[in-house]
Amino acid sequence: MNEILEILEKDARTTPEEIARMTGSSAQAVKKAIKKFEKDGIILKYKTVINKEFVKDEGSDVRALIEVKITPKKDVGFNYLAERIYQFPEVSACYLMSGTYDLLVVVEGKNIHTVSNFVSSKLAPMENVRGTVTHFILKKYKEDGDILRQAKRDKREAISL
Amino acid sequence: MRTSKLAEHIPPSGIRVFFDLVLGMKDVISLGIGEPDFVTPWNVREAAIFSLEEGYTSYTSNKGIIELRKDISGYLENKHDLKYDPEDEILITVGVSEAFDLAVRAIINRGDKILVPEPYYVSYGPLVTLAGGHPVFIRQSPENGFKLTPEDILKHCDNKTKAIILNYPNNPTGVSYTRKELNAIAKVILKKNLIMISDEIYGDLTYDFDHTAFPTLAKMKDRTIYLNGFSKSYAMTGWRIGYACGPKDVIAMMTKIHQYTMLCAPIMSQMAAREALKNGERSTRDMKREYKRRREYVVSGLNEVGLSCHKPEGAFYAFPSIKSSGLSSMEFAKKLLDKERVALVPGTAFGPSCEGYVRISYASSISNIREALVRIKRFLCAQK
Repeated sequence: MNEILEILEKDARTTPEEIARMTGSSAQAVKKAIKKFEKDGIILKYKTVINKEFVKDEGSDVRALIEVKITPKKDVGFNYLAERIYQFPEVSACYLMSGTYDLLVVVEGKNIHTVSNFVSSKLAPMENVRGTVTHFILKKYKEDGDILRQAKRDKREAISL
Repeated sequence: MRTSKLAEHIPPSGIRVFFDLVLGMKDVISLGIGEPDFVTPWNVREAAIFSLEEGYTSYTSNKGIIELRKDISGYLENKHDLKYDPEDEILITVGVSEAFDLAVRAIINRGDKILVPEPYYVSYGPLVTLAGGHPVFIRQSPENGFKLTPEDILKHCDNKTKAIILNYPNNPTGVSYTRKELNAIAKVILKKNLIMISDEIYGDLTYDFDHTAFPTLAKMKDRTIYLNGFSKSYAMTGWRIGYACGPKDVIAMMTKIHQYTMLCAPIMSQMAAREALKNGERSTRDMKREYKRRREYVVSGLNEVGLSCHKPEGAFYAFPSIKSSGLSSMEFAKKLLDKERVALVPGTAFGPSCEGYVRISYASSISNIREALVRIKRFLCAQK
């Protein structure tokens, strides 16, 4: 992957000046490259990774993985139905899968109730949806490469030769 | 107790007092650490846990388990086109530190002189002394970017000179050598009939060109003791595992001493090392990319705040001059620690000729480095 992307993927707050310093190029060139990545839809947006397990005030969200079996529509295949599904704001991810089912839909809600409600009232009744299997996530250990716990303290001696 | 005159003769580490100062202080940003900030890759840690579960808790062959020696042999052939017989030309040691000790003990006769380029890693001189030899320090000039030259070697040789130590990429300067530069050094080694002890522990962390292993140079394999290990390439410092390769006779001699002192390297570390060689390339590559970025960041940052600094070719150290501050290395380090809570190592830890320099380790996250640079800048402004 492009080095600028690699740096930003790790820390989106790295400034163009710093990226320039790390890669031995100019801030101007880095800014230009980032602009282009944004324009081309390679950089979609910049966001913060929040460990919701630790957010006390609002009770953490419930998340479920839903296997969806569908009958593909003539000419448009799976994409048509996938699009109808992923437009719902409750859906945080949607993948076309190989194997015994077709779409894997990740749904987030306030509680089990909202999620099952979404499945029974929105997802399951859709035309061409042949069946769903819902798996609730009980505990998240790691997400998108990040281990969900407090950063470990540096165990090294503070100075050594 | 009445202690050994020889041990008494070794100069005490003047740096220890400063180290205690750092260790006694809280909330320090440390750029003074000589080991990776990465933890050992999980596959390697997992392999060690598995080996314990399987009951690998015994001694091994003195030389180290044959499978690991074979893996090392294969790795060196693959990476450097360097052939060592796993049977009798490779010895597994407790880190390069032990390997170095064995190497000097295996070659020194009382009174032999060993050339030690300065800046040097702290243990070289004392270990040569303990082995009954005389370290002869070759002061390398900052004007030449702290690089050892063939002329330097010639100037310091006499008929008692037996060997030379070369550590590249270098701790503390980060300096390394191209194949061409090493060839020039090799010529002098041959001319003066010297043994080369080549400490290449940072070899995998070379950023601008391919690392050349010293024994791959023409006619050098027979006169080189090649030292390497897992600490830096695979972030395995605490495992204490390294190796030495060389001609049969010297490896046999080193094995003899090793069997009476260490007996063997810890078996769990040997098992972990096997996994590192087998599946560690990706982790090494990722760490190297990260270090390279930090190098660019730190070097340009230091130059910007007014500490002039060569771009080091490898390892994870920068060795800037602090002469512009008007302070000595030790004063600089102490004041910076006191005023801004940034720790680094005064250059004089690596030889008296390194006065006016400090070692900065970039084995630390970019955010730490960023903050440290801000503090150093503030510190320098306050000095004016």
